[in-house]
Amino acid sequence: MNLTLKIWRQKNATSKGKFVTYKVNDISPNSSFLEMMDILNESIVLKGEDPVAFDHDCREGICGACSMYINGRPHGPDKAITTCQLHMRRFKDGETIVIEPWRARPFPVLKDLIVDRTSFDKIIQAGGYISINTGGIPDANAIPIPKTDADLSMDAASCIGCGACVAACKNASAMLFVSAKVSQFALLPQGKIEAAERVHNMVAEMDRLGFGNCTNTGACEAECPKEISISNIARMNREFLCSKIGAPKVKEESGGF
Amino acid sequence: MALAGLFLISFLVVHLGINLLILKDDGRESFNIAAHFMVTNPLIQSMQWVLFGGFILHILLGIVLQIQNWLARPQRYKVEGYSHTSFFSKYMIHTGAIIFAFLIIHLINFFFKAKFGEIPHIMINGESYEDMGILVIEKFKELPYVLMYVVWLLFLGFHLDHAFHSALQSLGLNHSKYTPVAFGLSRALAILIAGGFILIPVLIYIS
Repeated sequence: MNLTLKIWRQKNATSKGKFVTYKVNDISPNSSFLEMMDILNESIVLKGEDPVAFDHDCREGICGACSMYINGRPHGPDKAITTCQLHMRRFKDGETIVIEPWRARPFPVLKDLIVDRTSFDKIIQAGGYISINTGGIPDANAIPIPKTDADLSMDAASCIGCGACVAACKNASAMLFVSAKVSQFALLPQGKIEAAERVHNMVAEMDRLGFGNCTNTGACEAECPKEISISNIARMNREFLCSKIGAPKVKEESGGF
Repeated sequence: MALAGLFLISFLVVHLGINLLILKDDGRESFNIAAHFMVTNPLIQSMQWVLFGGFILHILLGIVLQIQNWLARPQRYKVEGYSHTSFFSKYMIHTGAIIFAFLIIHLINFFFKAKFGEIPHIMINGESYEDMGILVIEKFKELPYVLMYVVWLLFLGFHLDHAFHSALQSLGLNHSKYTPVAFGLSRALAILIAGGFILIPVLIYIS
C-alpha cells in the first residue's frame, strides 16, 4: 500500500504546530497503524530528522496510551478498538490519511501527536477511589452483590482512560470518562458509602479543568474503544442530582476496619 | 436546561392544541373563545410570566453552555465530525438561534398585537370577543408569511428532534427498555408539533 499522511507536527507545548505531508510506500495491509507509523519514523530518522512523537505502550488495546485522531475519528475508522488495534487494511491504497492529536483545552499538545492527559488523573484524585484502609484480601463472597450490578460496574470499570470520548465530543466533554469512574463505584456497596461526595468532587474538578458540557450527542459512546455506554452519564447525573438534593455528607473518621 | 426545555415542550403542546381550533369550521368561534380564555384567565396570566422565565432561562443557559463548549476546544480539528451521532444534536445552538430570531417576529405579529394592539371584536352567543382568529387568517393569506412560518417551524422540528430524550438523559433518566421509547417519542413529538403548526398557515393559505 502507498499512502499519503498529513500529520500534525509541533515541536513542543509552546510552539505553533502545522501539518506536514509524508509519503509511505509498500505498507503491508496486515500491519497495524502504529507499525505503519514506526516504518514512517524509521524513514524520517534515516533522513536525520525528528521522528513523529506519538503515545503508545501495550499495543494490545488495554493500556489506553495511544491517542490519534485519524480522518476525523479518534482511534480511526473502526468501532470499539484503540489505534494500536487498527489495521492498514481498513484504508484504501493511495488514500490520504489526516492524523491529529486529541484537541481539548484540558489536553494541551506536548509534542506532535502526544497530549497531556494529566487532567484525567486530577479528576481521579478528586474522588475516583474508595478511602478505606484495606487489610488482607477480603473473602470474595463476604458482601453479596447482584450479578447485574457487578456486571454493570465491571462494564464501567473497563474504561482505559484514553480520552477518545473527549476527543470525539464536539464540546470536548469528559462526561463519559467521569461517569464511568463514578459508576464503577456507585454500583457497588463498597462505593456507595462515599458516592455523594465522590460525584460532587469529581464533577467539580472536571468543570474546573475546563472540559465542555454534555449535550447528549452520543459521539463519545460511538468512539469509545471499550464501548462504555452513555447510560453511565445518566447514572452520574442521577447521582449528582441526589448529592445536591441532600444525601448525607460523609464525615471522615479516624481508623479503618 | 432540561427542565426548562421540557416545560417549553408542554407549552408548545398547549399552544398547538389551541391553534388547531382555528381550523374548525365554526366561524372562528371556538378559537376565539379559547384565545379569550388564555388572555383573561388569571392562572394562565400568571403562568405567562413563568413561561417567559422558562424561555429566558433556556436561551441564556444554552448560550452559556455553548460558550463553555467552544472554549473547551480552542483549536479545532482539520478533519472532524465523522463520529456516528444524531445529526440534529450537533446543531442545537444553530436551530435554537434561528427559532429565537423568528420568535421575536412571531411575538410582534400576534402576541403584542393581542396584548396592546387594536383587535376587531366579534359577537359569539351574544357576548363580545376579540376576533384573534381574523388576525391569524389575514396574516396567513400572504404567501411570504406562510413560507416564513413553514421554514421556522421546520427548524423547530429539527430542534425538537433532540429535545425530549435528551432532557430525560440529562435528568438521569436512562433505561435499557424505555430509552429507545423516549427516542421514538422525541421524534414523534418533533414531527407532530412541527407538522401540526405547519398545517395551520398552509391550510389557511390554500383555503
